[in-house]
Amino acid sequence: MRPAALTAQVMGIGLTGPGLPDWGRAAPILAGERPYEPAPTVLPVIEALPPAERRRTGATVRLALAVAQQALAAAGIDPATLSTVFASSGADGAICHEICLALAAEDRQLSPTRFHNSVHNAAAGYWSIAMKSMARSNALCAFDGSFAAGLLEAITQVVIDGAPVLLAAYETGYPEPLHAKRPLPDAFGVALLLAPGPAAGAQARITVTLTDAPAEPMPQGPLEALRTGAPAARSLPLLRHLARAHSGGVVIDYLDHQRMHIEVSACR
Amino acid sequence: MTALPLTHFTATSCIGGGLAATLDSLLERRSGLAPCAFETVRLQTHLGEVPGVDEVRVPPGLERFDSRNNRLALLGLSQDGFIEAVAGCAARWGRRRIGLFLGTSTSGILETEIAYRRRGPSGALPPQLDYAATHNPYSLAAFVGRVLGIEGPSAVTCTACSSSAKVFGSAQRMIEAGLIDAAVVGGVDSLCLTTLYGFHSLQLISRQPCRPFDAARDGISIGEAAAFALIERPPGERRAGQILLTGIGESSDAYHMSSPHPEGLGARAAMRQALEAARLAPRDIDYINLHGTGTPSNDSAEGRAVSALFGAGIAASSTKGATGHTLGAAGALEAVFCALALRHGFAPGGVNTTRLDPQVGFDYLRESRRRPLTSVLSNSFGFGGSNCSLVLQRAS
Repeated sequence: MRPAALTAQVMGIGLTGPGLPDWGRAAPILAGERPYEPAPTVLPVIEALPPAERRRTGATVRLALAVAQQALAAAGIDPATLSTVFASSGADGAICHEICLALAAEDRQLSPTRFHNSVHNAAAGYWSIAMKSMARSNALCAFDGSFAAGLLEAITQVVIDGAPVLLAAYETGYPEPLHAKRPLPDAFGVALLLAPGPAAGAQARITVTLTDAPAEPMPQGPLEALRTGAPAARSLPLLRHLARAHSGGVVIDYLDHQRMHIEVSACR
Repeated sequence: MTALPLTHFTATSCIGGGLAATLDSLLERRSGLAPCAFETVRLQTHLGEVPGVDEVRVPPGLERFDSRNNRLALLGLSQDGFIEAVAGCAARWGRRRIGLFLGTSTSGILETEIAYRRRGPSGALPPQLDYAATHNPYSLAAFVGRVLGIEGPSAVTCTACSSSAKVFGSAQRMIEAGLIDAAVVGGVDSLCLTTLYGFHSLQLISRQPCRPFDAARDGISIGEAAAFALIERPPGERRAGQILLTGIGESSDAYHMSSPHPEGLGARAAMRQALEAARLAPRDIDYINLHGTGTPSNDSAEGRAVSALFGAGIAASSTKGATGHTLGAAGALEAVFCALALRHGFAPGGVNTTRLDPQVGFDYLRESRRRPLTSVLSNSFGFGGSNCSLVLQRAS
């Protein structure tokens, strides 16, 4: 059997991180046209959720939905029938901490809402509710390689099903004392809307293969620190190519034993 | 979709370690549920605890992965010659050509729960706690991949109680795309305080052994399990009797985080997609292994969806009265039950259901029925409204 090329068109990009409020303002920074000035990540309110659900969501869900909405915004694709892949190293860190604290206390009283928000697929669940989407939704984890694992899952779906897929990768980290065991920097999330090609309005075409080559670092020190600190920021070398509308190959981190090569062809 | 053979599979739960004991329990309708005596848990409930998990020793060199979840994974992998079967597969295709896609809901979070009780004077967690190798969901695949010596694409799916059904989809697509030639799929979920006290907070835990589709059902019993399957690109001619994965359906409820859609609309969509992928009509299905958790709302919603799609004649049961709800392992565990049902020609009868809910509009089995089966469907539905249905068939 001849392998299919794992190729998709990038129809939309979302990004929120420290000093990188959204893709529009982050792209010139990643392209090296503007200086990077680190600042705490600002998480927007998710207007798409009903008020009752909005009150219940934690920081991780807000981050995931924010970047997913950015990627979807300009593409004109109906979210109600759009498959999604949510990739993250962990579920909501603050909620996990609160549950572990409660379980270490004498009465072990948990909040039911906190419990159902503690699942790894909370963002996938809230997205489907917000978008009234009954489409397939995945939530997966590959520790520091979660972005690449999500991209592989998403692009395989695009190729096999011939339909667009929205990928979001994100983490908000843990408070102490778990932070000392899993020291993630500030919240960072990224989203890509992928579609089978050729597609009008595509920003770039990407083709994914696996490789032994090392991941490409970021040229600016603070962005390199972000790349190696936040799991979803392992995507930064790819985003830099997309920001520069640069055609060429880039390698990002994936698993201990393999990296991911992405061939980027800019469409404009 | 391209049908793929399950060339090897195994299961370990409270009803048995390995296929022989599992088959015997299913045929004899034995339940493994027992009053809760787990860790420091003080809840009036029954659990499907796997005996001997804490006696399992992780192999030298992998000590940092030592957690109840990974010990259960190793116990499961050690049954039925599974490790040897994967080694043979790696020799055939190459270890980089075998994917690894596993499901879990809580992985080794128990280690962190215990560590929180042992915080030092400064509030710090004990130095022994290794987050990456025990608590993180991916620790499961990192450990299993090392035990099996495979190095293909890998991820852990965490969609709550549909996790280890959906991994069949990820693996099938990557084989069809030609990225890999085979995949180890499965699910491992182990008892922990988060799920026990969490489901308790939602008032979803029964004090008695759970009674799926009973008129007086009042919640779940939590269990634990490790189940694995090796699926491979067909190496040659299809052999009669081979167990094939022929259909997968995945959907979202888009309704509520912890309550199913009352009419089971998402469940119905997943089942319909799985049938379409397998190119089957509802009447072609011989048996459904229901999600059947034993909560009033799940069984009611699933029952409506099954009746609407399959009509009154369909034979179905939930095996959770025997195993408890094994959460992130349930999809793979029940897929293995379906594979056993196809291989040995029986439909397992549900346990603990004494007075069937009069609302049940299909043939709910309370006795195991010996008869040849060709096509079966397995349902797995989870929090966040995540639904997955699998179709398995026996090659003629």
